[in-house]
Amino acid sequence: MRYLPLTDEDRRAMLARIGVPSVDSLFRDVPERARLAAPLDLPNHQGEMEVERQIAAMAAKNLGTGRAPAFLGAGAYRHHVPAAVDHLIQRGELLTSYTPYQPEVSQGTLQYLFEFQTQVALITEMDVANASMYDGATATAEAVMMANRVTRRGRAVLSGGLHPHYRDVTRTHARFLGFEIATPPPDVRGEEDLAGMIDDNTSCVVVQNPSVFGHIRDLSKLAEACHAAGALLVVVVTEVVSLGALTPPGAMGADIVAAEGQSIGNALNFGGPYVGLFATRDKYVRQMPGRLAGETVDADGRRGWVLTLSTREQHIRREKATSNICTNSGLCALAFTIHMSLLGEAGFTRLAALNHANAVRLADRLAALPGVEVINDSFFNEFTVRLPREAAGVVDALAERGILGGVPVSRLYPDEADLAPLLLVAVTETNSDADMDALVGALKEVLQ
Amino acid sequence: MNTDPITGTFSGNRGLQIEEPLIFEQDRPGRTGVDLPEPPDVQDRLGGLKRQGPIGLPGLSEPQVVRHFTRLSQKNYAIDMGLYPLGSCTMKHNPRLNEKLARLPGLADLHPLQPMSTVQGALELIDALAHWLKTLTGMPAVAMSPAAGAHGELCGVMAIRAALEDRGESRKRILVPESAHGTNPATAAACGYTVDPIPANERGRVDLAVFKEKLGDDVAGIMLTNPNTCGLFENDVLEIAEAIHAVGGYFYADGANFNAIVGRVRPGDLGVDCMHINLHKTFSTPHGGGGPGSGPVVLSEALAPYAPLPYVVHGPDGFRLVERDDDPAATGKAFGRLKGFHGQMGMFIRALAYMMSHGADGLRQASSDAVLNANYLLASLKDDLSPAFEGPCMHEVLFDDDFLKDTGVSTLDFAKAMIDEGFHPMTMYFPLVVHGALLMEPTETESKESLDGFIEVLKGLARRAKAKDTAFFHGAPRLTPRRRLDETTAARKPVLRWRPPESQEQAAE
Amino acid sequence: MSKERYTEEHEWVRAENDICTVGISVYAQEQLGDVVYVELPEVGRQLQKGKEMAVVESVKAASEVYAPVSGEVVEVNGALTGDPATVNRDAMGEGWFVKIRMSNPAELDQLMDADAYKTYVEGLS
Repeated sequence: MRYLPLTDEDRRAMLARIGVPSVDSLFRDVPERARLAAPLDLPNHQGEMEVERQIAAMAAKNLGTGRAPAFLGAGAYRHHVPAAVDHLIQRGELLTSYTPYQPEVSQGTLQYLFEFQTQVALITEMDVANASMYDGATATAEAVMMANRVTRRGRAVLSGGLHPHYRDVTRTHARFLGFEIATPPPDVRGEEDLAGMIDDNTSCVVVQNPSVFGHIRDLSKLAEACHAAGALLVVVVTEVVSLGALTPPGAMGADIVAAEGQSIGNALNFGGPYVGLFATRDKYVRQMPGRLAGETVDADGRRGWVLTLSTREQHIRREKATSNICTNSGLCALAFTIHMSLLGEAGFTRLAALNHANAVRLADRLAALPGVEVINDSFFNEFTVRLPREAAGVVDALAERGILGGVPVSRLYPDEADLAPLLLVAVTETNSDADMDALVGALKEVLQ
Repeated sequence: MNTDPITGTFSGNRGLQIEEPLIFEQDRPGRTGVDLPEPPDVQDRLGGLKRQGPIGLPGLSEPQVVRHFTRLSQKNYAIDMGLYPLGSCTMKHNPRLNEKLARLPGLADLHPLQPMSTVQGALELIDALAHWLKTLTGMPAVAMSPAAGAHGELCGVMAIRAALEDRGESRKRILVPESAHGTNPATAAACGYTVDPIPANERGRVDLAVFKEKLGDDVAGIMLTNPNTCGLFENDVLEIAEAIHAVGGYFYADGANFNAIVGRVRPGDLGVDCMHINLHKTFSTPHGGGGPGSGPVVLSEALAPYAPLPYVVHGPDGFRLVERDDDPAATGKAFGRLKGFHGQMGMFIRALAYMMSHGADGLRQASSDAVLNANYLLASLKDDLSPAFEGPCMHEVLFDDDFLKDTGVSTLDFAKAMIDEGFHPMTMYFPLVVHGALLMEPTETESKESLDGFIEVLKGLARRAKAKDTAFFHGAPRLTPRRRLDETTAARKPVLRWRPPESQEQAAE
Repeated sequence: MSKERYTEEHEWVRAENDICTVGISVYAQEQLGDVVYVELPEVGRQLQKGKEMAVVESVKAASEVYAPVSGEVVEVNGALTGDPATVNRDAMGEGWFVKIRMSNPAELDQLMDADAYKTYVEGLS
């Protein structure tokens, strides 16, 4: 067995030193009736070739976005990741290292986490960011729980433009921790008035920008309304590339930013692993969940980094921790850092401009189709389209033609019948003119 | 030009240890490492919110970025380099086949919300992994979506609470051994429970008498790690399970140490109601410097109905994701959603590849070798170090700092000296139930030669400590890219990001 | 004449009329190691004897500090925010945490005096 180095000779010698006749004797504390006598009903070991064959067979049954014109968004975006990223993250010292608890032999990890934290703070225009969370949805729930702690209040207002998965994860925590959430109806047109929903018990208002329907809004007035009432503004960003083109949340008065970083450095991976971004103001740093890399000096006076403010975390505070989180998204955060380093200011802003320009062009072409309405006045790289029929059926028909034409809103809002004709269409730098021709042509056909 | 006072070289580098500044300190405006086409000229639709002003990201070319992260990587210890004996972390070899398969087109490039007809192979894969997990644990159901171990713990405890609420009961207490990992009490608190700790007995196991005393009809359950964090199998586990069920509570098992028993013992046979599994521990998905992980949770018949959304089901029309609680295939009792989308698919592919590679026979051999390796360390070191408990141990072995008594050398100092010897230290100061704990888990992927080398070094260091060469230990490590770092100043005056020099001056004013 | 008392959780109390000053003992700061942060209650907050009043963080631990007596917080030691090391340097003096206007000064009599505390600490090691 290729992953097991011990030989039978080794085992014999080791048992002799231990002083037991067999390995079974080492399991003597296991109650007799719990010991498995027969092997389990699972296949025995296989070589690389056989394993690859079986998994490749599963892969072959799927229509990947690499093989089809794809216009899917709704919280996960197909972007081009430079080849260097994947090579670098597979270096053994990065792939197979652990949490940097011994900083003297983890300066690589600690330095890139410090760089990651800085990049996140810069693009969101916030003071400080942590070393990543599981994903945007859990980061959002953690933001709400942090706002509850900071304000000592127990009610969060979740915008009708917030991704339903994010809303639902927050709702799960609310149920078990006993705090309230207010969830106004889906904000299809981008017109909701959240300020009117703030009361004395509101810890935060959570608003996604661009919203799940694509609308972009100036949140400064909402920020003022929150602050006047003693509440925090939590801004959620599901497409982090938008921060290359838009006024950042920090400039609009956000107190906490919870975002999904998947777009940078990370493949779609059928939904995971992704990377949650979390940023806040200096004054709240001790209430921030997750790991933090901090700068310091070593015994020789040389600059280095360590995990810091750990006493907020579970391994020290246990039941009083700010959260129960142990892992961050390590390698995904590294991929983000590397991709962002390659892009730089010029690359990131150009990438954002490309995404937006492609989206504008496709939106105009779709709006020109009979029966098709583009709902948005504003959008970054994703917009909502109203079709003359139920969008789910249209998307299935497009899939039969080898086109992944967008996410039907009904997939995210199955209970809202009047949203059934709506389709979320995302366009990135990966969509060529040929892709757009294919979509427009196929849609015309399907809608006839 | 003067030489660096510490390294004696002009550059400040020391052979292959090359100093590397932050990317922000290598900025050249306009420089980039990615060539993108010129965006077509369009009238923007950004709602009047077009970004004004620069972001402040540095510009580097590809060669510089590659060199930067390569140099950073060289400052890290990793499993690929040597033994990484962190207790309860299961730092086993990360097979490269896993990496190759996770990147296959048709898997890596799937969007989570594609029509289900276009992702049948992906759903089949998740279902296949679920089958392996259920069979290995002897449990009828599994929740695949939790993103990490702690997230899985949350899932398990939330399922317990949902089940109790469904029965119309609101119990307030959860029992947690004092030896438990910090995530256990943190999780219980995050679900609204108060934590009632159970002490260990002198044999390192849960004190059964105290446990029974603490039982009552206000106890929602127990969170037990088995084998426990002292590396010992909880002999009384069947009695504990019976007792907790007798008062109407549930048995949550922390599966971090599953590597000791996989293929030999099924948690389902021990009376477990839910157990999270760390795919990044037992099933070899890479630790990646701290993540990502994956923490699926196996569930008993009693708790299965409360599993969170979404999950994969297999019907006459193929595989499907159940995403709504009123779906015909749903139980209607899901406690909610824990994560965006469906789970850590990238880690599922890797774990399945690992399981298929090992097979039932290989997995059983793996746990046997893991336990053998740990006991070999115990037998070889018991005279030079001080084992906390009498053996045999399971897949990890716990020592306390008794052997360092009166030497002036602490567990921390001892660990720092190991670093200069080319080893990552074992887990220190955990579990809390012994003083100055040293918890070592070699895993099954260490050869006997590797263990023998490790043993010799530890013996040498132990003897050196007993000879009271304290200055040697207090000054360790000396040969690493950085020596001991000032964690106090880092916490007192946190510097958590880089800032451009002008703003640093302004801040100082 | 001020009364000095100690709790089993290693807080010290010095009372002068109805106001007392509270800090943590030399033993406590030794156990904690370098103090990196102190979280103090707001002035005006009502405290109950035995309940959590403040949090003191070191690099390796975060400990609750409990109110040794009931009453109202009348002053907190803001200097600790800028220089938490004061707690290590001078736990019994400059490193004080809060001043409380006691609602029930008799509660002091339930606490240990300096000698009793000294014996208590010796028993712990």
